[in-house]
Amino acid sequence: MLQQYGIIAIFLIGGALTAIAALLVNWIIRPKLPPVGSKLNTYECGLETQGPTWIQFKVSYFLYALVFLLFDVETVFLYPWAVRFQVLGLFAFIEMIIFISILVIGLWYAWKEGALKWQ
Amino acid sequence: MLSTSTSTLVFWFLTILIVASALAVVLLRNIVHSALFLILTFVGIAGIYILLNAEFLAAVQILVYAGAIAILVVFAVMLTRRGDISESNLFNKNYLAAGVLCLALFILNTFLIGQTFWTIKSGEPPLNNVGAIADAFLGRYVLPFEVAAVLLLVAMVGAILLARGVNQDQ
Amino acid sequence: MITLNHYLALGGMLFCIGLYGALAKKNAIAILMGIELMLNAVNINLVAFNHYLEPSKVVGQVFAIFVIVVAAAEVAVGLALVLNIYRRRLESNVDDFNWLKW
Repeated sequence: MLQQYGIIAIFLIGGALTAIAALLVNWIIRPKLPPVGSKLNTYECGLETQGPTWIQFKVSYFLYALVFLLFDVETVFLYPWAVRFQVLGLFAFIEMIIFISILVIGLWYAWKEGALKWQ
Repeated sequence: MLSTSTSTLVFWFLTILIVASALAVVLLRNIVHSALFLILTFVGIAGIYILLNAEFLAAVQILVYAGAIAILVVFAVMLTRRGDISESNLFNKNYLAAGVLCLALFILNTFLIGQTFWTIKSGEPPLNNVGAIADAFLGRYVLPFEVAAVLLLVAMVGAILLARGVNQDQ
Repeated sequence: MITLNHYLALGGMLFCIGLYGALAKKNAIAILMGIELMLNAVNINLVAFNHYLEPSKVVGQVFAIFVIVVAAAEVAVGLALVLNIYRRRLESNVDDFNWLKW
């Protein structure tokens, strides 16, 4: 059982090593001159950047993330139910309908308040 | 099961990863870096869950913590940013007292763990981890399950109300 | 050989790091991050107890899922509060949240 996760671990390690190797090879073969002139620009060939990098985001991003978080958590409950759906039967189905309808009230509220509207 | 030595090796690797990145969350001065190390901590804890035969919980950890909560934290950081970002996560004036308190708590805790005798039960974990959790949710723990839905609804309404107040002031 | 004590010690260490973050940080979001670390430490303990003391049931894992749900609700409301206060005071430093002080 746990051995299957070894494959995932190998993928993770391989992915990390690929990224590190790419950076390392670049670092080895690149010419090591002191940066001068347009080398110091953010984009060497492109528009000049304006303003600071750490800008303030719009609050709409946060509202979307909020609604996403709540329905992400709903998935956590939906998934085991879906796996055992055929065994659990009608009672569990009704429970899940109640569960979802409670959360749909939340979605309706978010919609009514305009949290899903981009502004 | 993995062989004992392999799981020991994985445990120590994950422990070092978790503790080092948790320390980075607390000690770094740039709060965006803290948030990124928070994600690394969550992923390491998911590995610990897999080691403990809790596969579904590991998936939940990645999905909810490393996915949704980390995104929410990063957005909140970007929304409340002010001044220099590299000085955005500083200690307050009682950092020394807090450090002594936490160290004392850790030593006491470890001492008590060493003193306590646990009756270890050996048994086979359920073959279908997700199925067993589904049976628990929709059988014995059905009331907490529905209350969790109400809690999520209330949290969502409250959070939207508070964050919308932010919006109207703009 | 990894025993229950190893997992408990890991959970305890993570809890203390989180507590330190919650006590010693100025930024309100950093304090919430510390609280998340503490909740995760508790979850490690719950799952370790489940695995070593009652492996044939999943009670500890179910409890840990409820902890995760409550943590999600907590972080949503907490961050919304921080944003709301930030809009009024332009500040996310908890030392300046002092309306109730006199």
